[in-house]
Amino acid sequence: MTAVAERLSSPTTVRRLNVAGAIVTVLTVVAAIIWAFPIYWGIISSLKPENEVVRPYVELWPDTLTFQHYVFALFETQIGRWYLNSIATAIGVMVLTVSSSLLCGYAISQLRFPGRRPLWWLILASFMVPTQVLIINHFTLIAGMGLLNTWAGIILPQLIHPVVIIVYKQFFDQVPRDFREAAVMDNASEWQILTRVYIPMNWGVTTALCIVTFIWAWNAFLWPFLAVTRTEEMTITVGITQVNDAFGVYYARQMSAAVLAGLPVALAYLLFQRRVTQAITLSAGIKG
Amino acid sequence: MSNARHREWLIAFALILPFLVIYGLIFVYPTIRMFMLSFTDARLIGEGDWVGLENYTRLPGDRRFGTAFWNTAYFVLLTVVPGTLVALAIALGINRLKGRLQAAILALFFLPYILPVSVVYLIWDWTLNFQFGIAMYLFDAVGLDRIPVFKTTTWFMPAVAFVTIWWTCGFSVLLFLAGLRAIPDEIYEAAELDSSGRWTTFARITWPLLWPVTALVLTIQLISQLKIFDQVYLFSTGGRVNDNLVLVYYIFQRAFQSDQGGRAAAIAVVLFVIVVVVSVLNFQLTRLSGRSR
Repeated sequence: MTAVAERLSSPTTVRRLNVAGAIVTVLTVVAAIIWAFPIYWGIISSLKPENEVVRPYVELWPDTLTFQHYVFALFETQIGRWYLNSIATAIGVMVLTVSSSLLCGYAISQLRFPGRRPLWWLILASFMVPTQVLIINHFTLIAGMGLLNTWAGIILPQLIHPVVIIVYKQFFDQVPRDFREAAVMDNASEWQILTRVYIPMNWGVTTALCIVTFIWAWNAFLWPFLAVTRTEEMTITVGITQVNDAFGVYYARQMSAAVLAGLPVALAYLLFQRRVTQAITLSAGIKG
Repeated sequence: MSNARHREWLIAFALILPFLVIYGLIFVYPTIRMFMLSFTDARLIGEGDWVGLENYTRLPGDRRFGTAFWNTAYFVLLTVVPGTLVALAIALGINRLKGRLQAAILALFFLPYILPVSVVYLIWDWTLNFQFGIAMYLFDAVGLDRIPVFKTTTWFMPAVAFVTIWWTCGFSVLLFLAGLRAIPDEIYEAAELDSSGRWTTFARITWPLLWPVTALVLTIQLISQLKIFDQVYLFSTGGRVNDNLVLVYYIFQRAFQSDQGGRAAAIAVVLFVIVVVVSVLNFQLTRLSGRSR
């Protein structure tokens, strides 16, 4: 016991620990800066004139700051149209996924009905199936419905997000039964219980799930890439990689397109940092 | 009473109807169709004739399938464990920081994860550009020969794996941080009283208590890397595509470039089975290890 007390009070141990701790802290900060550097480099390159971008040395700040590439991307290419397609399809995926999952999660959590168990299995099963293997049949299905090159065609196959249902079920399970019983006593209908009690009590998780499904849909590549063949119907994530002649080998121009494509999701994350991280940890099955 | 129960059934059915319609149309139906398609010689669009197991029996002798299979395995090897270790190291570093600094540093590590794959592709294609990429100046500085990384078969997979770890690591960091925060401070205080060193504390406390999260991160990584396509596709444009095939890429190539829906479906079924087996195995393993503890 005395030995422990001695060690604890010994100044050298404390100093040694602090030095090691400080080194780890500095390393972490330096690593973070290096980690994010390619993003900074991309942004900075997009603000340099084309001839400055290809100079054979590293310039951390442009000599001549220019927005000409952004003006070009916004007015001379189809990027505006792609933006519109991305916004429309991402909002479509967000609204449909979150609303259908909310209703389904509520039913599984609060109601007893035949087929509840098989339904739960179906949800867990869909959790395991990689949507990438379904691309062939999604394509024939969407083509058969005549929905290729349309917003609906881009949206539909992106609606499989069983994790949203699972998260809703968990949150509805946690609402104390008293609330439900009190509402039933007041003769509230099931719809009223859902819209006046359960949804308002879980606005936080709804916001988080909306943001994260929007980000997923905005970032989706494989399906929107397959569902669209006409350049004007592309989403921005697909468009900036497919239409090279619009940008040519102009590196700075290409980086400005990349910045424009990443901006909305990066902003959504920076503005709603806590919600985004909460939703993402939840989607991995960890209670945030 | 039974009337009330029927009402409850009816309401429940109405609530799950949107889900049933969506999943029936874009999950159950396409999954069944995929299996059926894999036994035919159909093209991408239209019906084909029944060919039995032919699409499967030709896979072992199919060189491109071999490439796709082993490249996927190689990619898993290059990303899953290394990515998890990097994420753990970052999380341990971030966990020491406090308040605003912690939030800022976490944001720097997490930002890539939030970006679309095409942005990640453009950033790294530029950074590793053979002529003007900033990474090549680094190569020059340390006296290495410049390499056109995405055009060289040897370097392609490691480079894509590197970019993938950079891109997705933030997600694993987040899970590790949640795991680290769940370890009660009292345990560390007790360890301090026992005057155990840093390494002992990590090996005896942090690591064992973090193991469930580590297992989760490894599984999520494994399953998502088996399904890799986007980065490989984007970085191979203009390169040696047939050397860089992965399983999803091969499905895409057969179905959409060779117009062979049936043969593509057989590859899809193989990947489907691999992912489901891995998921089920993992589920059983975590359940077993949960019991033994």
